Amino acid sequence: MYLVQFLLLSAILFCIGVYGVLARRNAVLVLMSIELILNAVNINLIAFGAYNGAAIPAEVFALFIIAVAAAEVGVGLALVLTIYRNSKSIDLHEVDLLKG
Amino acid sequence: MNSFLAVEAGGDVVQAGGFFLENVWIIPAIMAVSFVIILGFGKRMPSGGSNVGIAAVVVCFILALLTAGQWIGEVNRAEGCSADTCAYIHFDDKDHSDGGDHSDDEDHSEDEDHSDDEDHDEGAFPVDASASGLTGESAAAIGAVALVESNGEGGGASALAVISERTWWSNGGFDFTVGTMVDGLTVTLLVVVTLVSMLVHIYSTDYVAGDRRYTHFFGFLSLFTAAMLFFVTSANVLQMIVGWELVGVCSFALIGHWWEDQDNSDAALKAFLTNRVGDMGLLIGMIILFFASGEKWGIVDINRAALDGSTSHTLLLIASLCLLAAVMSKSGQFFLHTWLPDAMAGPTPVSALIHAATMVVAGVYLIARLYGVFWEGLSIGVSNVTNAAGDLIDTSGASINALAIIGAVTTLVGASLAFVQDDIKKVLAYSTISQLGYMTMALGVGAWTAAIFHLTTHAFFKACLFLGAGSVSHAVHSFDMKKDMGGMRKFMPTTYKTFLIGSIALAGLPPLAGFWSKDEILVGTGGWGFFEGKPHSNGAYTVMLVMGLITAAMTAAYMTRVMYLTFFGEFRGGHHDDHDDALAADHAVDAHDDHAHHGDPHESGPRILWPLRILAFLAVVFGFFNLPPGFLGLPDGITERFGHYVEPSSAGKYFPKINHADPSWSLAIASTLIVSAAVAVAYRYYFVRVNQQSPSATELVNGPTERFGLLKAGHTMLKNRYYLDHIYDGGDPVSPAGSVAMGTIFGAAAGLTLGFSLDNGLDQAFVPSLIWGLVLGLTVFVIVAAALRTGVGIATFVKRPLAFAANWVHENIIDGAVDEVGKNSVKGANALYTYIDQGAIDGSVNAVGRGSQGAGGELRRWSTGQVQQYATVMFAGATLLAGLLIIVI
Repeated sequence: MYLVQFLLLSAILFCIGVYGVLARRNAVLVLMSIELILNAVNINLIAFGAYNGAAIPAEVFALFIIAVAAAEVGVGLALVLTIYRNSKSIDLHEVDLLKG
Repeated sequence: MNSFLAVEAGGDVVQAGGFFLENVWIIPAIMAVSFVIILGFGKRMPSGGSNVGIAAVVVCFILALLTAGQWIGEVNRAEGCSADTCAYIHFDDKDHSDGGDHSDDEDHSEDEDHSDDEDHDEGAFPVDASASGLTGESAAAIGAVALVESNGEGGGASALAVISERTWWSNGGFDFTVGTMVDGLTVTLLVVVTLVSMLVHIYSTDYVAGDRRYTHFFGFLSLFTAAMLFFVTSANVLQMIVGWELVGVCSFALIGHWWEDQDNSDAALKAFLTNRVGDMGLLIGMIILFFASGEKWGIVDINRAALDGSTSHTLLLIASLCLLAAVMSKSGQFFLHTWLPDAMAGPTPVSALIHAATMVVAGVYLIARLYGVFWEGLSIGVSNVTNAAGDLIDTSGASINALAIIGAVTTLVGASLAFVQDDIKKVLAYSTISQLGYMTMALGVGAWTAAIFHLTTHAFFKACLFLGAGSVSHAVHSFDMKKDMGGMRKFMPTTYKTFLIGSIALAGLPPLAGFWSKDEILVGTGGWGFFEGKPHSNGAYTVMLVMGLITAAMTAAYMTRVMYLTFFGEFRGGHHDDHDDALAADHAVDAHDDHAHHGDPHESGPRILWPLRILAFLAVVFGFFNLPPGFLGLPDGITERFGHYVEPSSAGKYFPKINHADPSWSLAIASTLIVSAAVAVAYRYYFVRVNQQSPSATELVNGPTERFGLLKAGHTMLKNRYYLDHIYDGGDPVSPAGSVAMGTIFGAAAGLTLGFSLDNGLDQAFVPSLIWGLVLGLTVFVIVAAALRTGVGIATFVKRPLAFAANWVHENIIDGAVDEVGKNSVKGANALYTYIDQGAIDGSVNAVGRGSQGAGGELRRWSTGQVQQYATVMFAGATLLAGLLIIVI
């Protein structure tokens, strides 16, 4: 089995995603990075599922996550669009209305 | 010949029952409702509420008669019983030697509609199946079931008291119950109270007509009747205490009915306070009984515990002496009787109802109800007296106990004081005291039935006399026999006849009611057997017999005096254009001014005369209800009916086995001769000699009390009522003669009581007991006399410095203390404000505020609004937790 390889791929994807979420200023790119994290998880699920031969196929969970991620992107993009309309920018550093 | 009559036909007991017996609570409830209606709406009614009261009391009287009838029926039913036809109640014949387990068999009189009680019954006792079925079904009437051995003799059974109880409240597994207990004694009192109350109600509509508190008066008559009925139907001693206090309150309210007069309100207070003295005894006695009987309040339970030997004799003795104090105050026994004559300040119908016929017999009723306690506690029956080795001993000729001696002294004191009163009501008041003493004495010597019978006959003839006195005073507007009466028989023939009948009954001449009851008491003392050389009933109370005979003679003599002063000679009134205050107060005079325009007094109206006629009729015939057994060869079904239906059977285990004295022709003849002789002497003095001197004279000018020093001293002492009031009030200084007299009586009574009653359980013969009593009496006398003789001097000498000292103490110590307390309170409050309120409380509130502010200032720096910064922290935290997870696992 090639479990380790899958896990390595997943870890790399996750780390790229985390970096994107924490470091990018563009809101759309942050959303994309979140997608990377989610897909890293999907890879993990499927790899473990194949490795263990689980009773319920892990693909089911992956499909759920893809569906939820699609919804999440929809909501996220709508938020980004609203932010852009209000502040003419999608730079997250400028969105600090919650500053105490 | 066996001189003891067996009390019970057999040892079997049948539970009595029936609607009226089980639901007797209705009777007091009706009167209580009547009280509420009269007080609430009476003034708006055309009759001022009196019609409500009369209607209620008439209904109660009918119900009481029905109850009595049902009881008689039940007694007859029980008598006709055989084991096949009736459910005998079987009692557990338990071993008396172990007193420890008595708690479980006393539970039977509890309300048995609790399932656990029933389980208890079935589990613990061999209760007859049908009897327990009965108790299970009827929640109301469950009697004092309990424990009697069936001796299997024929002759029927006795009816057992009907007890209906409900749980009032429970606390800690202990049930307080309320309920009614009905037996012969209860129905007797029910009938007497409702009958006299009914007649008094009717009488009062005329007597207090136009009074300024007419409605109030009838309201309290209702409340009093309710309270008395509640008292006599009580199933437990707690209820008895409530009823006891309630009648006391009504007595207070009615004595002070015309409270605007200082004397009247003083008399009311005196009555109330004197009764408080005894009430302490009542409470303490009841509490002792509660614990002594294994934590039971029920009358039957307490009696049973007292009689079955499981209670310590010392406890019972103390309890009965405490209760005796209560009896002394309520039933006017020497030396707490002083309130009763003063209670005559109340309206006359009240005197008749409360202070002669019913309330004052509450004490007698209390003894009769808790007779088991007194019987054992004071060792009334000699059969119970054992020596240290536990053997029965014979104390013939020397029987005496506190109850009997108090009663005997009271009867003499009352009768002697009745001689010197000018106020007709006071004569009757002292006569009441004397007769109450008779009843107490009868109970003290074990003549239970005689006491209750005398209670009943006395209620009739004394109510008749009081109402008669009221009728006379209604006509002459005074109670003073010497100033305002005389020759009344011409003006008031009906009142005269009824009063004469009442007097003869009271004097105890055959064949009127008073003769039979008095004679039974005299026989019951058992003292006559001492002279006849025969065995006695419950012991030879020879002293009581002698005192009783002397009292009988005195009673006859003072009633002759009253008859002469009131109804014979020449009318001395008619000059009272000046309404004197006392009588104006005692009469609704204002309303009567239309016919108070003087001239000759006239007979009262029908509403006054009919009660008199009824009571006089009863005073004549009632004695025949309890003819002595075997009298003139009459069959058993006619003689002794009263005792037969009223006296509880000892088979019920809550009443002692009393020996009944043999009736004695010789004693009856002797007492009648003594009474006749007394009447003859008084007749010769008043009707012949005084009348000869002048038809309007009241005493001989140079009579024996003025000629002989000793008699004069005695007269002075009596006039001053044995100086008891002086002692109690502390008003006038006590004269040396008075202190001697007082000391003698007080000391002798105390000494005799102590010496005899406490020794009664010891192996004492007559002479040592007498010496004991006299030594003790003399000691007390010397102490009291010396204290009084020197006390007067000391008091005058010491009074002024004492007053100064008291004032100094008041000014400096008490006021000083109060001032200091005040100052320190202010200081303390200031300190409290500065340090606690301002410092601690406000400080802490401010600190919390400041802390929140500072923390907020710090924390706001973390809130940058940068989403990615938050995410960084979150990831860092997640990583940390993940790392921790790895390390731990």
